[in-house]
Amino acid sequence: MNGFIPAFDFQTVFVEPWQWDPVGTAWIVGMGFLVSAACGLVGTFLVFRRMALVGDAISHSILPGIVIAFLISGSRGVLPMMAGAVAAGLVTVALIEAIHRGSRVKPDAALGIVFSTLFALGVILLALFADKVDLDPDCVLYGEIGLMPLMQEARIGSVSLGPWPVLQMGIVFLVLVALLFLFYKQLLVTSFDPALARSLGIRASVYHYGLMFCLSVTVVSSFEAVGVILVIAMLIFPAVTGTMLTDRLPLILGLTLPLGAMYSLLGFHLALWLDTSIAGAMVVVAGALFGVAWIFSPRKGLLALALARRRIQHEAATA
Amino acid sequence: MSPDAAPPLEVHDLTVAYHKRPVLYGIDMVAPAGALIGVVGPNGAGKSTLIKAIMGVVPISGGWVKLFGKPFRQAVNRVGYVPQRESVDWDFPVSVFDVVMMGRYGRLGLFKRPGKADRDIVRDCLDKVKMLPYAGRQISNLSGGQQQRVFLARALAQESDLYFMDEPFAGVDAATEAAIIELLTELKARGKTILVVHHDLPTAQKYFDRILMLNMRLVAYGPTEEVFNMENLQKAYGGRLNILTEVAEREKAVAE
Repeated sequence: MNGFIPAFDFQTVFVEPWQWDPVGTAWIVGMGFLVSAACGLVGTFLVFRRMALVGDAISHSILPGIVIAFLISGSRGVLPMMAGAVAAGLVTVALIEAIHRGSRVKPDAALGIVFSTLFALGVILLALFADKVDLDPDCVLYGEIGLMPLMQEARIGSVSLGPWPVLQMGIVFLVLVALLFLFYKQLLVTSFDPALARSLGIRASVYHYGLMFCLSVTVVSSFEAVGVILVIAMLIFPAVTGTMLTDRLPLILGLTLPLGAMYSLLGFHLALWLDTSIAGAMVVVAGALFGVAWIFSPRKGLLALALARRRIQHEAATA
Repeated sequence: MSPDAAPPLEVHDLTVAYHKRPVLYGIDMVAPAGALIGVVGPNGAGKSTLIKAIMGVVPISGGWVKLFGKPFRQAVNRVGYVPQRESVDWDFPVSVFDVVMMGRYGRLGLFKRPGKADRDIVRDCLDKVKMLPYAGRQISNLSGGQQQRVFLARALAQESDLYFMDEPFAGVDAATEAAIIELLTELKARGKTILVVHHDLPTAQKYFDRILMLNMRLVAYGPTEEVFNMENLQKAYGGRLNILTEVAEREKAVAE
């Protein structure tokens, strides 16, 4: 075993990165937090609208969008990337609906063919124009959050605002929080009871496409850090873990923030210890925390259910 | 509220199609104020589709609908809706109070948050259906009858003049059934108009003062005593005789 797992040393794993390069470490952990929290907020609504897999689909199908945006604009600028991702995201959702409605193919199957085709198209475009497109396929697929401190800095005059991707993610996060605050009641009623929403004069499709727009923007801002494959974990884990701990939507949304902080911080140090991918380690932490919540959740946990079952059996036996 | 010149609900030549296959053809009806109307018909007759089409929840392919003389979007705050209980996910992380508050959303506008007046109304409505003690409960812990009362409280919180209810009596306990009837009677007494999709023929005759009999087309519509007869039932239900004999036996029992 010792040959496979590096020795754990608290000093090197937890203390030294903060001593040697506190700023760089903070950017990495901060980015991890922002990605997890932003994805968690959008993802909570996906989970409760039973659209979790749409998140997976969009995270994959934005690939051709960003490659085409790159080919047209010739840059990795924020706006072309965002525009490409949003266009691809909305095309994905519209195509899934069109195929489902037009051919009676079931929505999950329609989703499967749309996103895999678009993703494959993206992979081919990426290979075809490898010399023109400055996107590293590995980075697109798995992300490289560890490179955050090396990214170009955003500056206002001489004041550094931090690496561009972190700043962008921060802005996306704040905008999401603001939108959530403004449109909470519409998001709630269109998620819980879309028919009632329409009868109240709230256009469910506007909020549906609005959510898909936010999802595309969040995913494209996250992919440099965690890649298009692992971003699905960040979309789903906070909501399902939160559901184990509380049954109030505002609290589940609020729990996204501490959970995101834990994914990022623990994932970063786990990756340092095992000398492995930070994004991968974050997802492992997210999975482990869900496992802990599932076992120990006071009402829905395995332990609580087992205890309740024993109590009932005991009462039945003594009665 | 000043009396309306226009009837609460006017449907003209309404046609609805799913996947280009019509499910409702040429429906014509007018609902007077204070009417309690039962919408009956066999499975797949388009009962739910009719009320959904009236409210714009499903698209209309022909004809028109007017509510208080206006298109739906201009009358939206005068319409209350009780969807089928199975149409929502009861594991959704909201409380009973939150669900009833949704009935106020139509009146709040784009950005406004519910205020004290809204919370008071929600509590009143919960009290009317005897669900106030459950206000803080998560909705998954409710029985079928309790779920239905929550939906009724939410419709009351809409403070509407015209209500659409989709099978409110389906799968509820006797106490809830009595509570729903009491509520319908009270709403009717206050001049509200109510359309209720109803599955159970024998009770339909008892509960409603008007019956709309549907089987993709309008079979019959009018006061219950004029419309609820074997001839119309035969037209609506065709060969499904077991239902008809059940009704006939009930009628015989009532007559004796």
